Amino acid sequence: MMTVKEIFETMDYGTAPESAAEALAWLVEGSDRFGHFIDGKMTAPATAPGEVFLAKNPATGEVLAHLTQASLGEVDMAVAAARKAQAKWEKRGGKARAKVLYALARLVQKHARLFAVLETLDNGKPIRESRDIDVALVARHFYYHAGMAQLMDEELPGRAALGVCGQIIPWNFPLLMLAWKVAPAIAMGNTVVLKPAEYTSLTALLFAQICQEAGVPKGVVNIVTGDGAVGEMIVTHPDIDKIAFTGSTAVGRRIRQATAGSGKSLTLELGGKSPYIVFEDADIDSAIEGLVDAIFFNQGQVCCAGSRLLVQEGIAEDFHARLIDRMSKLRIGNPLDKCIDVGAIVDPKQLERIEALIAKGGMEGTVHQPCPAPEGCFYPPTLISGLHPSAMLMQEEIFGPVLVSTTFRTPEEAVQVANNTRFGLAASLWSENVNLALDIAPKLVAGVVWVNGSNMFDAAAGFGGMRESGFGREGGWEGLMAYTKPKGKTTTVKPAMAHSKPDTVEVLNLDRTAKLYIGGKQARPDSGYSQAIYSPKGALLGHTSLASRKDIRNAVEAAQSAKGWTKATAHNRAQVLYFIGENLSARADEFAQRIRDLTGTTETKAKEEVADAIDTLFTFAAWADKLDGAVKPVPMRGVALAMNEAVGVIGAFCDDRPLGGLIDVIAPAIAMGNRVVAVASEAYPLAATDFYQVLDTSDVPAGVVNILTGSHAELAKPMAGHMDIEAVWSFSCADISKTIELESAGNLKRTWVNFGQTRTYAARDWLAQATDVKTIWVPYGE
Amino acid sequence: MGTPEMTKADTKVATSGTHLPQIHEPRNPGMALDLDVIRGVQANTSAIERRCATLPGRRSVKKDHQAAWLLKAITMIDLTTLAGDDTPGRVKRLCAKAAHPVRADILDALGMGALTTGAVCVYHEMVETAVAALDGTGIPVAAVSTGFPAGLSPYHLRVKEIEESVKAGAKEIDIVISRRHVLTGNWQALYDEMREFRATCGEAHVKAILATGELGTLRNVARASQVCMMAGADFIKTSTGKESVNATLPVSLVMIRAIRDYHARTGYRVGYKPAGGISKAKDALVYLSLIKEELGNHWLSPHLFRFGASSLLGDIERQLEHHVTGHYSAGYRHAIG
Repeated sequence: MMTVKEIFETMDYGTAPESAAEALAWLVEGSDRFGHFIDGKMTAPATAPGEVFLAKNPATGEVLAHLTQASLGEVDMAVAAARKAQAKWEKRGGKARAKVLYALARLVQKHARLFAVLETLDNGKPIRESRDIDVALVARHFYYHAGMAQLMDEELPGRAALGVCGQIIPWNFPLLMLAWKVAPAIAMGNTVVLKPAEYTSLTALLFAQICQEAGVPKGVVNIVTGDGAVGEMIVTHPDIDKIAFTGSTAVGRRIRQATAGSGKSLTLELGGKSPYIVFEDADIDSAIEGLVDAIFFNQGQVCCAGSRLLVQEGIAEDFHARLIDRMSKLRIGNPLDKCIDVGAIVDPKQLERIEALIAKGGMEGTVHQPCPAPEGCFYPPTLISGLHPSAMLMQEEIFGPVLVSTTFRTPEEAVQVANNTRFGLAASLWSENVNLALDIAPKLVAGVVWVNGSNMFDAAAGFGGMRESGFGREGGWEGLMAYTKPKGKTTTVKPAMAHSKPDTVEVLNLDRTAKLYIGGKQARPDSGYSQAIYSPKGALLGHTSLASRKDIRNAVEAAQSAKGWTKATAHNRAQVLYFIGENLSARADEFAQRIRDLTGTTETKAKEEVADAIDTLFTFAAWADKLDGAVKPVPMRGVALAMNEAVGVIGAFCDDRPLGGLIDVIAPAIAMGNRVVAVASEAYPLAATDFYQVLDTSDVPAGVVNILTGSHAELAKPMAGHMDIEAVWSFSCADISKTIELESAGNLKRTWVNFGQTRTYAARDWLAQATDVKTIWVPYGE
Repeated sequence: MGTPEMTKADTKVATSGTHLPQIHEPRNPGMALDLDVIRGVQANTSAIERRCATLPGRRSVKKDHQAAWLLKAITMIDLTTLAGDDTPGRVKRLCAKAAHPVRADILDALGMGALTTGAVCVYHEMVETAVAALDGTGIPVAAVSTGFPAGLSPYHLRVKEIEESVKAGAKEIDIVISRRHVLTGNWQALYDEMREFRATCGEAHVKAILATGELGTLRNVARASQVCMMAGADFIKTSTGKESVNATLPVSLVMIRAIRDYHARTGYRVGYKPAGGISKAKDALVYLSLIKEELGNHWLSPHLFRFGASSLLGDIERQLEHHVTGHYSAGYRHAIG
């Protein structure tokens, strides 16, 4: 024990522990044993070995509570309770639900310290973070979504709840991720079955208690505990309508595969390797301080951690020296200490994982650990400098307090290195030059970009990834899309059959060869095969090419080369769409006749399809420059811009309206700046092939629209499995929805498939599918 | 980054283990005006504010440590009176308080020997009185100077004022800079002015008051800090206490980062003095942790850090008595200064 006089000389901080007494008392109140929260009450805790698992304090290894591993029967009970409660909860109306969410927000605030201490005990994160960040954001999320419930009936009249949502959350922000999942779901009238991560269930169980106090009707929120096996029961449960998952990319991929073809909606918020770019004109000291929040926050166990440092070469040496100096001042230890920056790693298994990764890849660079870690489940803040993009640690997510770094020369190279990753969750960039910052931010492939900052979150601002960081947004209006669906009924798609070859073929006119349309040119199919297309009356209308996987490869290459279209101004894109409409209009009669020849429909209906197609082109020409982004009212001096960006290259299988099916996918996609690889109606492809000439005469740049013909069933797999396609849509009558969802797991592309059902979508629905919302945070002030 | 013509001051001060050095720093001799440094200065206001807003939540000093830190803070206070109605009697009373800032029984209970404040800070007319009153205590007298607070009296008189105060026995001179030189970007003029003030101070240490509340931007604060250090300031100080905005944490962060940068380039340690508006013990702890975090323990010494404050001491005394007795204290239980 040091005397005051000694401390006066050393000026040490000493310890400042937050008391755990109240939280431990709460656990004792529950006899340290917990069951699940199902249908409004806690179930009896399990006692049999094998059904019990332990909640431990990672900082000390002490057992905090005995928890119950859910059985299939218990998951069934939870889902049944959620199902039973759902219709009534939805029917109560947004305004009634708002009051419940408001009560939840208030109760979180009332029990704020208890939640914070319990979180720190269970997870190992510093009490400062659980107190000042996690719990504060949780309350904010419920307040915000109380407001969304209040406004739903007026502002989202066309949307309805999805039903029962299965939600699986990670251990890094246990209560915050619960809030991100539960608040929007129940605000929109869904009911939920939520599974916390097995390392960190305690705050979810405390939340169950406040659900009772807030008047959440029984069955609306159900919480089951357990490991991945329980997660799997939820994922594969037949009576769940939607799965929302936050966690690792590997598990997310498995969930994508497991839910493929089930008809469940899916949103995934997965891993990342987010770049942290420092330009030479940045405020260097602030950029270094920002790294403390980027990579050492929550021991680096943050999906959007700024874990990849990219420093402009000229300042790199100085920057690294100052960074190491700053790291040496970090304090690591007892997470309940109010004077601690870095707490415990969540579990010894995670610690081993981090240690193994660094042992394997650290030698590719120079490892700096200027702040030693205490004994136990702690890992020291680490910088590994001198790595290159090819190094394993520059590509793999470490999920620990480990920063890897490299350098760049020019802004262009910074973007290139930043985007050289399978992930696309977040990015930070530091520069005092507004021109540079606002130029670079949109070029980064990431759902969230922080300019001169890091790890800023708010309920009003969308959060979510691109590429293998997942899809879907949480927060803001865009986040509600993940918990609602358009109202209205769907009908089963009538399969369109190609007309078979008659006994005697009637040859109408000179042979016209319909090839594939790739990169603005007609191209023969790689397979060398063609197929004859007959009218219902047996006339040979022409031949179409049978595209194969290689033609998909070529079409995607062409589409990826046409990036200029995405950069073109919205006005310019609108003009092209209008021009396509104008040129189609000039040939309206010819297309109507073609439709009649192909399908045998009436003249009126055929003309209607052409007129509709022109109308669709005009509609999305109109929208091209009107899908406004937003400025989110986040609690800071600055702006959080929600920008609607093109998804990239979209692969689409068209429905069997010969012209309408094609135009429906092309128009919204290219209006938003995407490039398309469309597969025309399999039964009636010739209107699409006629359309090449319309495209040729309408100033559509090569590669923006690529059209293939052939078997949907054969093309679905290579299309959905292609790693350089960002989204696949299907309105096909062929049974390819499951294949597409399954194959999309490769690069976790977005999918939008019909499951053999058809419906009319509003323009807004098309536009939402044709865009990703990127949130760019720009704090300002001089 | 470096200034090759400058030899780095070899810090002869031993930084043995955890104990603070009790030796005077080698004085900052200044250097040639380096406009590249001034032009390269960046200060991102939002990021700086975030750092300051979260610091109190990141660093917490409790119990004995808090008491020790508060005692340390006392030794860094420039106990100040800068009022138009100052009289010799008033100044003598203040000096007596500076020599005995904490009740002896409280110090005894804390196991501490006698301590004093860092200095007493007065206007020129009160320097002689203060010097006499503090004779034998070892407490230096600081004089505000150069047409304090606005610094707009004739230049030769401002220089003369320094001379007079030094002659009267002031060991520290708190000069005010010409804000207009900063606001118009006339760095050479600022440098020349500061250079002459420093030279005129002779052996007396000079603190450069930037009047940050009147400099418009944090970037200007950073630039002015650099220029004054290049011109040989021993300390840089935020405010006169007379501006509408005085010491703030963001301004402090900018200035101490400038000090760190200057030290990295030259090897010389320049002191820091936030002044005005710091009246709570809790605030003092936050300032000390900011210094400890950004500059290190070396700066936690009256040689390199001072609080310009008049009412801070009273709050610290109450907190110390609370620490000793476990009961909240009252102002009248502590002698006034």
